This record gives sequence, C-alpha cells and structure tokens, in this order.
Amino acid sequence: MDFSSLLLGLLDNLIRGLSLGSVYAIIALGYTMVYGIAKMLNFAHGDVIMVGAYVCFFAISTYGLPPVIGILLSMVVCTALGIVIERLAYKPLRQAPSLAVLITAIGVSYFLQNAAQLLWTSSPKVFPSVVPKGNLTLFDGQLSISYLTIVTIVVCVIIMLVLTFFTNSTKMGKAMRACSEDKGAAQLMGIDVNATISITFAIGSALAAVAGVLLCSAYPSLTPTTGSMPGIKAFTAAVFGGIGSIPGALLGGLLLGIIEIFAGSYISTQLSNAIVFGVLIIVLLVKPAGLLGKKIREKV
Amino acid sequence: MLNVQDINVYYGAIHAIKDITFEVNDGEIVTLIGANGAGKSTTLQTISGLLHSKTGSISFLGKNIMGVPPHKVVSHGLAHVPEGRRVFLQMSVEENLEMGAYTRPKGEIAASLADVYERFPRLKERRRQVAGTLSGGEQQMLAMGRALMSKPRLLMLDEPSMGLAPILVEQIFDIIRELNAAGTTILLVEQNAQMALSIAHRGYVLETGKIVATGTGQQLLEDESVKKAYLGG
Repeated sequence: MDFSSLLLGLLDNLIRGLSLGSVYAIIALGYTMVYGIAKMLNFAHGDVIMVGAYVCFFAISTYGLPPVIGILLSMVVCTALGIVIERLAYKPLRQAPSLAVLITAIGVSYFLQNAAQLLWTSSPKVFPSVVPKGNLTLFDGQLSISYLTIVTIVVCVIIMLVLTFFTNSTKMGKAMRACSEDKGAAQLMGIDVNATISITFAIGSALAAVAGVLLCSAYPSLTPTTGSMPGIKAFTAAVFGGIGSIPGALLGGLLLGIIEIFAGSYISTQLSNAIVFGVLIIVLLVKPAGLLGKKIREKV
Repeated sequence: MLNVQDINVYYGAIHAIKDITFEVNDGEIVTLIGANGAGKSTTLQTISGLLHSKTGSISFLGKNIMGVPPHKVVSHGLAHVPEGRRVFLQMSVEENLEMGAYTRPKGEIAASLADVYERFPRLKERRRQVAGTLSGGEQQMLAMGRALMSKPRLLMLDEPSMGLAPILVEQIFDIIRELNAAGTTILLVEQNAQMALSIAHRGYVLETGKIVATGTGQQLLEDESVKKAYLGG
C-alpha cells in the first residue's frame, strides 16, 4: 500500500467516524441535557430513538409520505412521548432516591421495547434511507463519501449551533441552565422548574427522533431493540465528554464514533465495542468528571 | 403588608415551627433573630412557598399566598435572597441578574439592570464574569441585586452577613438601610443579632421554633434576656 492510499484510507475512516459520531452526539445531547437538569439517567432515551425510527418508517414505507414529513412526524411523536414518559414515570419520583428513578428508567426502556414488539413484531423492517443514495467523489474517484454521511454531519453541526444559541442566548435556555444548577434558587426567581424539565425532555426526545432516522438510514435494519446499543454508546459518549455538558456530549460522541470506526478498520471489527468501552474506562480513570466535565470550586 | 398567622412546619417528625405569628408593615425593617436551628430560615422558606405549613395563613398585600407555588410567589412582589446566597455560579453576573427579572416583561429589564448596576458598581465591572469567580461579598451583592431585579415590595434576606469579613458586613447592612430608605420593606433573618437589631424597626426572637420575645430593635437590644442569649452578655 502506498502512502497516498493510506492517507485516503485514514481520511475515509475519519469521515465515517465523524458521521457515526454525529449520531452518537445527537443522542448524547438528550442524555446530557436531561441529566443536567433532572440529575437522572434516562435509560429509556435509546428506545425513544427506536420509536422515532418506526414512526418515520411507517410514514414513508406504509403511507408513502415524503421523507421530510416522515422526519417531522417522528419528531412530533417522540416529543410527545418524551413529555408523557417524564410526566407519568419520572415526575412522581422527583423526591425519591436516585436508585428508584434509575430502576424506573430501565423499566420504561423495557416497556417501550416490548410494546414495540407487540405492536410491530420483532421481525426486522428494512428502513428506507431518508437521504438520496449516491456519493460525492473526490480525488479522481479515490475517495467517495455518501450523501447520507455528509447530511448526518451537517445536521449534527446545525443542531449544536442551534442548541448553543438556545442555552446561551434565550430566556428559556438560561432558565434551563439556572434550573440545572440550583432548582430552589431558580424557583425563587419565578422559574417553573417542572415546566422547564418537561421542555428539556421534549427537546431531548425530538433530537432522539432525528438520531433514530439518521441511524436507521445508515444501518437499515429496524427492530424493537435497535435503540438500545446506540443508546448505551451515546450514554458512554455523554459520560466520556463530561455528563451535563453540551459541548462534552458533542466531543464525546464524535470521539466515540471515530474510535469505533478506526478500531473496526485497523484492529478488529469484533473488538471495536470492547475498545470503545476500554477507552472510556481509561479516560474516567484519568479524568473522573469526563473530558469537559468540570468541578467548580465554591468560594465562600 | 405581610401577615403570618399560626403557621406550623414539620420536617418529617420534627416540629420545626410552632404556631408562629408575626407581621411586617409597609416600610419597615423587621428582623427575626435566634440561634442556629431556631426556625428562622424555615420561616422564610415557608413564606416563599418552598416549604408548607400545615395550619394557619400567610397573606401578602391582602392576598393569600399560602399554597401558592414558589415560582408564582415572586410575581406578588416578594423576593427571597436565600441563605448561602445561592447565585448561579456557572452563569455570568448579568445572566444571574436577568434570571432575577424572569417574571418581568422584557422591556422593563434594562432599566432595572441599570438601577442595580448603579447601586452595586462592582457588579457592573464584573458583569461578564462567571458568578463562581466572585468573592463572597460580591456574591452576596449579586444575590441581593438579583432579588431586586424582580422589583419587590418586600425583600426577605436570609443571613446576608454569613461568612463575610466585618468590613463587608458593615457594607451589606448599609445597603440594606439604603434599600429600605428607598422604599423597599425588609424582612431580615440574622445570627448577627447586634447588627440586625441596630438597623431594624422591630424584631422577633425565635427559640426552637417559637417566638419568645418581640419589640422594637432598641427594646430588644436592651432586653436583659436577649442580651444574655444573643448579644454576648
């Protein structure tokens, strides 16, 4: 193998890693935002992705709707689902020990998986890509990047920009940050903490729908457990980057995607997941709060 | 202005507040003094809706505010600066102040911000700084400024002097007096009884959840039992 093809191979893997990482990052945002404000790990988040993908699948394949409508519909359904889950399963546990909330979240996750199995059976559905098939070829055809890969990365960048603007520059976004720091003080300011938590779940779930559609466009076999592995990896990404931190979720997601693709290409496909989680363990040993997680010292 | 009637608050089995009744009149500085655990902070938290009383009533400006959720109390004109300041450490000074004006229409915020910056020039200098980098005294000013952003009729301050150097304590009490002179009614909870009574029109002494003495600031300063218990002889 000569030098230039080695370099092209690296570039190809990097782009594929960024694309997979973008999906992880979008999912990780949901984990990290909910953790930031409700201080809970919503393990049902991965399964919301799956529901989103099914909604989009039926919209496009069964009802013949255009992909854009399918995506929007899936976002609407997931937003509602996220709000309902929070209202019914988590809100009554606001004062409960965190272990109770964690177990409930795992319960919700199994509930969604089994409900999906009942409704839609466990036989895999072939997901239609929402992005036209085709490649962008560069370097005289030596490097080809699929449109889906490009769209995935672009969507991730747009979501990050919008979310950054939202949390830093809007009243609602600032209220969200205030709640994630100190709910009692936020209430004294007149912020409705319950409404803010609902909105956070809504945003996270809408993002999960987007991630589900992108994920299934790349890996088209859709089953009721489709969401669980990406969900766990995105959770890993959120912890990797520093849970609670939005830039951390992006960084963690992208790194995780890149590591996974590189490990699969250059070491072993079977071992790629083990390597991903191995890296997580090492990072947490060195930086327990994650890459961008910070502990602010309190001045008295 | 504020009428608290026979409230009883429990933490589980612990009876923290026992039949407390007191009032704050328009324009006054009223202080609640007492030892650690006497129920001073609990009283303020009950007024602002963070805790609940099983009995009695709380009315403010003639309206019942008992059972009103905390995020709605502030729009009645009642602001609470909690113990330990509780500023949003990861947000900038200006963002903290904006949060204080959360319930107010957008158009009025700039004017209030200018007022607060005029009263606390230090905050203006540090407006872009993250609140976690401020000193304790500056954080107290920020917590007070943040509360003022809601344009309160009544400002409740919980231990504003806690953990501050004596010179800063003086400064904070000067500010409280100025705010009062400018028309804000003050309900002040303090462990520093000497300072609190010296600026208060009236005071109440709390002991294990009960009011045991009341009078003007001057009367309580001269009261033998108060002197003995809270003023170091």
